Amino acid sequence: MVHAFLIHTLRAPHAEDTGFCRVLYSCVFAAEKSPDDPRPHGAERDRLLRKEQILAVARQVESMCRLQQQASGRSPMDLPPQSSDEPTSLHEAPHGAFRLAAGDPFQEPRTVVWLGVLSLGFALVLDAHENLLLAEGTLRLLTRFLFDHLRLLAPSANLLLRADRVEAILTRFLPHGQLLFLNDQLVQGLEKELSAAWPL
Amino acid sequence: MFTTGAESLLHQAREIQDEELSRFCSRIVKLLQKDPGAEAVDALRRLFLIISATKYGRRLEKPCMDLLQTTLCSPTCPEQLQLLCAAILREMAPSEGLALSCDHIQNSRTLSLAASVLLAQGDRQDEVRNVGQRALQLLEARQPEGPGPRPLLPVLSKVVSLAPGTLPQAQADLLHRRLVDWLRYASIQQGAAQPSGGFFSAPRTRQPGPVTEVDGAVATDFFTVLSTGQRFTEDQRLNVQAFSMLRTWLLSSGPTSAGAADADDRSELEGSTLSVLSATSATASHLLPPQQQLRAGAFEYCQRLLEQSTRRALRRGDSDLQKSCLVEAVQLLDVLCRQEPSFLYRALSCLKALLGRLCGDPAQARALLPIARFLLSHGEAAAVDSEAICQHLFSSVPAELFPSPMLAFEFAQFCRDSLHLFSPDQGIFKPSFPSLFKLLAWHSPALTSEFVVLLPALVDAGTAVEMLHALLDLPCLTAALDLQLRSSPAASSERPLWDISLRPTSCLEGFRDPQFQGLFQYLLRTKAGGITKRLAPLHRLLQPMASCARVVQCAEAVPTLLQVFFAAVTQVADGALTAQLALVLLERSNFLFQVPQYEAQVHRVMSSQFLALCRLRPALVVELARDLLDFVGSVSGIHSRERMFTAVVWAVGEYLAVSYDRRCTVEQVNRFFESLEALLFEVTQSRRSATLPPCPPQVVTVLMTTLTKLASRSQDLIPRVSLLLSKLRALPQGPAMGSAPRDEDTDTIRTRATELTNLLKMPSVAQFVFTPGTEASTPRFHRDANTALPLALHTVSRLMDREAGLPVA
Repeated sequence: MVHAFLIHTLRAPHAEDTGFCRVLYSCVFAAEKSPDDPRPHGAERDRLLRKEQILAVARQVESMCRLQQQASGRSPMDLPPQSSDEPTSLHEAPHGAFRLAAGDPFQEPRTVVWLGVLSLGFALVLDAHENLLLAEGTLRLLTRFLFDHLRLLAPSANLLLRADRVEAILTRFLPHGQLLFLNDQLVQGLEKELSAAWPL
Repeated sequence: MFTTGAESLLHQAREIQDEELSRFCSRIVKLLQKDPGAEAVDALRRLFLIISATKYGRRLEKPCMDLLQTTLCSPTCPEQLQLLCAAILREMAPSEGLALSCDHIQNSRTLSLAASVLLAQGDRQDEVRNVGQRALQLLEARQPEGPGPRPLLPVLSKVVSLAPGTLPQAQADLLHRRLVDWLRYASIQQGAAQPSGGFFSAPRTRQPGPVTEVDGAVATDFFTVLSTGQRFTEDQRLNVQAFSMLRTWLLSSGPTSAGAADADDRSELEGSTLSVLSATSATASHLLPPQQQLRAGAFEYCQRLLEQSTRRALRRGDSDLQKSCLVEAVQLLDVLCRQEPSFLYRALSCLKALLGRLCGDPAQARALLPIARFLLSHGEAAAVDSEAICQHLFSSVPAELFPSPMLAFEFAQFCRDSLHLFSPDQGIFKPSFPSLFKLLAWHSPALTSEFVVLLPALVDAGTAVEMLHALLDLPCLTAALDLQLRSSPAASSERPLWDISLRPTSCLEGFRDPQFQGLFQYLLRTKAGGITKRLAPLHRLLQPMASCARVVQCAEAVPTLLQVFFAAVTQVADGALTAQLALVLLERSNFLFQVPQYEAQVHRVMSSQFLALCRLRPALVVELARDLLDFVGSVSGIHSRERMFTAVVWAVGEYLAVSYDRRCTVEQVNRFFESLEALLFEVTQSRRSATLPPCPPQVVTVLMTTLTKLASRSQDLIPRVSLLLSKLRALPQGPAMGSAPRDEDTDTIRTRATELTNLLKMPSVAQFVFTPGTEASTPRFHRDANTALPLALHTVSRLMDREAGLPVA
């Protein structure tokens, strides 16, 4: 199952270190079991830990993406804006996976599958030994819908104040972090329902 | 594109003060109570941003919190508002004093939303179990109206993965039965279209046809995730959900899933019954208890999926899904065979048929890994030869498919997870390290941490020297793989996978040149052959590629891997191997691929590992005396490999002694002495040319110290050393040492020379200090009252003072 899904910024690989890596949206599907902590403010610390964990993942994805792009000699703006009927462009975007050991930063060992499109990074934090083919496919699907339904390619795109749409997409395609085996027709059907309930 | 706008919005959201926030909360309360419309949605979106933008907690007023929870739970509210309320409460979790409870929720969709908030609380008040219980109760209730059980399945899947084995058997059995229904008995007719006519038109719905397979043919058997149609019925969607959660459920459901030991015990008791029942058709399976029914149903589903994956899908999305289903089916078969060993025979026959089809197809390589894992784990039980598939995997898959980052990661993960299953006699895993190194060379940032775990398992006494050379040549391998991609016949048609910012024409010509064929073939080999070839000509040829990004990334990973290698190899190395490894370090310190900063980093590791080897086996220095003498023979060697030089000289000083190896002769000591003395003279006294850099003071001091140590062992050398040291003490601060000597350096040298001279005035003390013997390094030597030197000295001096009649101190 998926532990968390996040969207964050990707800075250009050759630019100087301007600014920070920002997490634009994150959804942690269920909290890790918190250790028995009778001290006050335990809840606040748990929340802080959760946010820090997500930020750590975002930073690692950013550096992996940057290294991969440097290695292939490409710049991040290479990907030309495609219409929503062209899923092939996503197949060529930088992507990869890496393992996180237990304790660093999550309690359990986890795997991260990531995808970098233009200046946004998308990542799924999975339990260990998940079906990575399915996870990769789901991540591409989510990214495609996010780009289409949030019109992220438009110049005035804004992700931060449209969290409800992101939630709607996640509820249908990744409910409670459950990866779904959706064939093409079923995906189309679900997308039609989404467009009907949430007109663009 | 996003950064500037996003930055300022995030900044604003973080800067909002508590007062302003509480005013905002009151406004939200009013909006939600009046008429929740577009304004309310907008306000909630802003609230979500405010809460999620900062990692520090925010407090919301109690009325606001309560209203959010109420809105969440009222099914009449629009989905947009409910989702936003759930998201806000989830972002705030864990929150103390959350009144939300799932006990009275009747609607499955509402429960799903509430669960997303409750499961985020960290299980401080047993929320996980409560949510699970409520979901099962709703499932049992079988409500005819409403959203149905579909929203409950992901909730149950999450609950069970968070807290495996906590559901009581009776309730788990309920779900087992429902899952079997959904998995095996979903409708095989497509969903009906909604009547599109208006009020007055007769419902002219066409009869929906049967579901089809992904290649368009009519479905031949029960509905699965690979069956498609224009529209889907509710039970077909439940089929999809049920299969998606099946593996998690099987792994964590019920107390009997804990450990394979239980499965073995049970199978002995019930083995005969089960094998009889499972060998019969599916209709007989209703005689089995629910959990076994589910397993039988799951097994048939997997068999069907394996058959369906042979079809040629019409759409790309479906063909990708077929691959995912293949992997999932094999992993499910693995779980099922662990839980019911009687399934093993049928599973193996399915998989063998599958293997034949997949082996030749590079696009299916990722599906081969779980099959190989299955055969390795269950192989002995059915005496199946997993050797062939592993042979194929290790020899051809990395060589052909190394550019894919996901394949490389999954391959490394497969190796890591199967380490305990590779049998050493088969000789497949360890000799395949050149193949695995290709994945590492191409994807070093992502795979270095995996290889830190894999390398110790790959280290073998027979191939250690070859592996050391391979590690040192890893950046070279990266460059060669890049050239291989450029020269491959498919290069022009596909999107380039190599570094497109580079045009290494001379290197490409060299790659195709027959003169270098042998060396490139050796570098790109897939199996360790035990022979090593010197790749210096390739280093020169590939020099233009040495600064390309991928090569540099690989070069940065090598020092870490060398440390790991040496930590592992010293566990299995005998004397001869240690000597060989030390020789490799000496030889290769001058023959490294010239990537920027690579040489410096590797030299640092090489020198510390050389010393570690000598510490492990001090006799090494005497054994390799001739090679070490050659190494320290020339001045030119000092500047190109200063660290190695320092380490070697230090090792000679420490370990060239009879106490470490009886074969150490006086002639050897004298030969080293003469060589080092000449070297020291050359670097300190003779005129240096303007182009050569000044000799670092560390080199001078280590030479002095080593010469003194040697002299303390062969005492007729003492006068010569004293002469040399006195010359060094009288060093002028002039240009003899180089163009711009620092005062501190000359001072250090002079101080050290003085110390050494003083020590040499007492030759026996010098001998003790410089060659203390192995006992001096044990703590006992200093604590034991009988052997501790200071104690003995003190006692002797007290006795002598008493003898002399002096007052005892």
